[in-house]
Amino acid sequence: MQSLKVVGTSPPRIDEREKVTGAAQFVDDIEFGPNLLHAEIVESPHPHALIEKIDVSEARKLPGVMAVVTGKDFPYKYGLYMKDRYILAQDRVRFVGEQVAGVIARDARTARRAAKLIKIKYKPIKPVLDQMAAVRKQTVLIHPDLGEYPHVPWFFPQAGTNIAHWRKIRKGDLAAGFKAADVVLEDTYHISRYAHCCMETHIAVGQVDRSGRLTVWASSQSPHTQRNLFAEALSPLGFAHKDVRVITPHIGGGFGGKAGVTMEILAAAFATVVKGHPVKVRWRRDQEFYNTYMRQAVVSKLKIGVKKDGTITGFEMANYWDAGPFVEYGANVVNSSGLSATGPYSIPNIKIDSYCIYTNLPAAGPYRGFGYSEMLFGVESHMDRLARKIGMSPVEFRRKNGIRRGQSLTYGAGMNEGDLQQCVEKVAKIIRPEKKEVSKNPDKVIGKGMAVCWKGPAMPPNASSAAFLKFNEDGSLNILISGIDMGQGLLTVMAQIASEVLTVPVSKIRVEMPDTDRNPYEWQTVASHVTWSCGNAVRRAALDAREQIFETISRAYKYTPESLYLEEEQVKCHADPTFAVPLKGFVIDGIMLEDGTFRGGPIVGRGMFMPEFMSTKCDPATSQGGHPNPHYTLGAAALTLEVDKQTGKVRVLKVAEALDCGKAINPEMVRQQITGGFLQGLATALYEDMRFDPKTGRILNPNFTDYKIPTALDIPDEIIPVIVESPQHDGPFGARGIGEHPMIPVAPAVANALYDAIGIRFKSIPITAEKVAMAIKSGKKEVD
Amino acid sequence: MKKTITFTLNGEKRTVDVEPAEILLDVLRDKLGTKGPKYGCGRGDCGTCTVLLDGKSVRSCLMLAVEVDGRKVETVEGLSRGKPSPLQEAFIAHSSFQCGFCAPGILMTATELLRKNPRPTRGDVQEAISGNLCRCTGYEPIIKAVLSVTKKKNKK
Repeated sequence: MQSLKVVGTSPPRIDEREKVTGAAQFVDDIEFGPNLLHAEIVESPHPHALIEKIDVSEARKLPGVMAVVTGKDFPYKYGLYMKDRYILAQDRVRFVGEQVAGVIARDARTARRAAKLIKIKYKPIKPVLDQMAAVRKQTVLIHPDLGEYPHVPWFFPQAGTNIAHWRKIRKGDLAAGFKAADVVLEDTYHISRYAHCCMETHIAVGQVDRSGRLTVWASSQSPHTQRNLFAEALSPLGFAHKDVRVITPHIGGGFGGKAGVTMEILAAAFATVVKGHPVKVRWRRDQEFYNTYMRQAVVSKLKIGVKKDGTITGFEMANYWDAGPFVEYGANVVNSSGLSATGPYSIPNIKIDSYCIYTNLPAAGPYRGFGYSEMLFGVESHMDRLARKIGMSPVEFRRKNGIRRGQSLTYGAGMNEGDLQQCVEKVAKIIRPEKKEVSKNPDKVIGKGMAVCWKGPAMPPNASSAAFLKFNEDGSLNILISGIDMGQGLLTVMAQIASEVLTVPVSKIRVEMPDTDRNPYEWQTVASHVTWSCGNAVRRAALDAREQIFETISRAYKYTPESLYLEEEQVKCHADPTFAVPLKGFVIDGIMLEDGTFRGGPIVGRGMFMPEFMSTKCDPATSQGGHPNPHYTLGAAALTLEVDKQTGKVRVLKVAEALDCGKAINPEMVRQQITGGFLQGLATALYEDMRFDPKTGRILNPNFTDYKIPTALDIPDEIIPVIVESPQHDGPFGARGIGEHPMIPVAPAVANALYDAIGIRFKSIPITAEKVAMAIKSGKKEVD
Repeated sequence: MKKTITFTLNGEKRTVDVEPAEILLDVLRDKLGTKGPKYGCGRGDCGTCTVLLDGKSVRSCLMLAVEVDGRKVETVEGLSRGKPSPLQEAFIAHSSFQCGFCAPGILMTATELLRKNPRPTRGDVQEAISGNLCRCTGYEPIIKAVLSVTKKKNKK
């Protein structure tokens, strides 16, 4: 391969100027004119109840109210992987906050006043607020008709129970595995719910114009998937895909919370009843907590056996996921992480059961890490404990057992490229977990810990990306994709990939946020897969454009296409060193021949990528066979922390986190993902602490006063991001994604470091200062 | 019971009719077309709506519009007349912001800091921006950019 000129360098973000001048437009910044209407939602005060009667007559009478809608107006089910929810509740509500009715009015204040006039009579049903209670026999069923819900073929709902999906993995001989072990450790870990807390709350504006076409402006990670689900859900109203348009301007953070469809469908549906008017639905901060997705809580029961030499001989895990009342997306979190629950270890004897369980808490679903942050807390805590039990250093244990290329995955396929050992080595060298450090302050103790991580993109086997690339008269480029830049730097990275192929500098390339009418298909920007997938599409579009360029030159100048190459925005020829034609001269206008006729025309590249090797076909009883994940990205984090024995407060002094991204297209952006993702993970480990009313399941702290996310004063003293590069054979220039991964190993690394510091094993997160102080005071060695 | 207020917005005198209960953020955005300040929480927790009032950072979601009558308001739109300010250039050079939703607020807070204290320490920057939440960056690239403006000043 020729040496790379642009890939592997760190030009500044191409959208940064817009963002620091206030020019960047988010949905709420778009002007819709004086005809804009505002919607207010009436929410259920009950966690579980039948709706007996809705009286909207008073609300309708209020001047300024344009329409009042209830479930009866939209009796349509929707969902990404399983159709288990309605646009507005039909005959039953399933959590406190569920949307029951909507008011559309001239202004937001009138909408709010009218919403208060709607009278709803409920008949409460006993709620199920805990996933372990939900799987007991004789429990209340949250979806009595679960057996009839349409779903993707790789889900296995258990009709007549609250189990929406059960992913089983069986491999090898587990009993023999445990028999061969010298140490078997069994324990249970509890992981709480968490919230994404994007700074921009969810917002969507829908409009059905007078010709009947539907446009939705949405802060979304998934414009094409939204278009598809809107068209499907509203198809009884006569919408074809071509008549549905989703426009996504800049989005103020995603983290998985803006994937799929949540509240955006309200804007789409409401627009159908007030044709000609745009309707805005903007979530308040409290609604953002309870009425999009949260991260699922999970109870992980683990049993792992190891030999004295560190060999892992048996692995048994049962994960009980609290998914809330709608699992249309969340069930795939359970599925995907269930397939990878061993963590980055190849283990011969495995039994894993992952249960996606309906509860009457708010709906839960994807959040940065997609289940892996949750289930790896237990696994990586357990591995540390086992290493200590056999007298092996936790670093050595991971170095020995860390999965290697070609080794068997839980479902039987071979592991892809990636160097976990190098990640472990590098972070261990920086933090030196074996070297004890002592604080000068007698009230403080220093501890060190580490954890490894992996994650593969969770996506249907036919999830695809497409790209168009258009040259302009001056040789500059517009690239059209539907991948979303929610801050991770996608637009810049796509420009770098095209620049590398076409030699057009990044400063001459514009990549913008998508409009489904204009930009080609992208499944969704989730799963840390767009650098890889959309990057492949852009690279192919650039190669396609290059082929057209060479073809045009070849027809005009009679050099063979094979003899031509690009250098500094010019076409050059191996056969003739004096030959050089600037792109600027012909990429639109073509090339004039001596007789005055022209050859060529506008260069428009097209590229597409679908991972044709993926398959979800397997034996449902064992999950053996198939290739449900395209690849995994590996990583490791190690850190030094200081505990104040009096207050229990934990401060991170130094952290190193290494990820094997295959090839860093823009190394600075990889380092920034690690820096930001680490802090997000640290907050889940230490203080983000969601509380629910034990009787109703109502969230008690849906705001930043009571649900604390990190401020600039809460950052580690020093963070060292490390890039490891083992090229991915099917990635653009060898790249694979790392967006979610920085968060994944943080919580177990903190728990392991806390054990190192104070000898107390915390088996649940968050590990708040209060929990730490109380544990020290009580002398407990283990805290559930 | 509308009230007419006149105040200086980014150097320009603006007059607007407001209801007594209207908050500054809504008036700036919906009546004056100044979309830099953003709604993030509506209760002063997050700082995305930060503007400078007579040079001091305030939460425009917690101010009534009538309170700014006769006073001076600055938003991100006022920082770059003609060309970006040195602070904005530093943020661009460091690719400081990811999603960018917190940027208009952090820019105002950091501008206030640098006006009052042209040579802040790392701790000063952390303290100053600690009321502006950012979920993406882990704050490091923001702190680095603010300190880089300081360094340039030190060289002069």
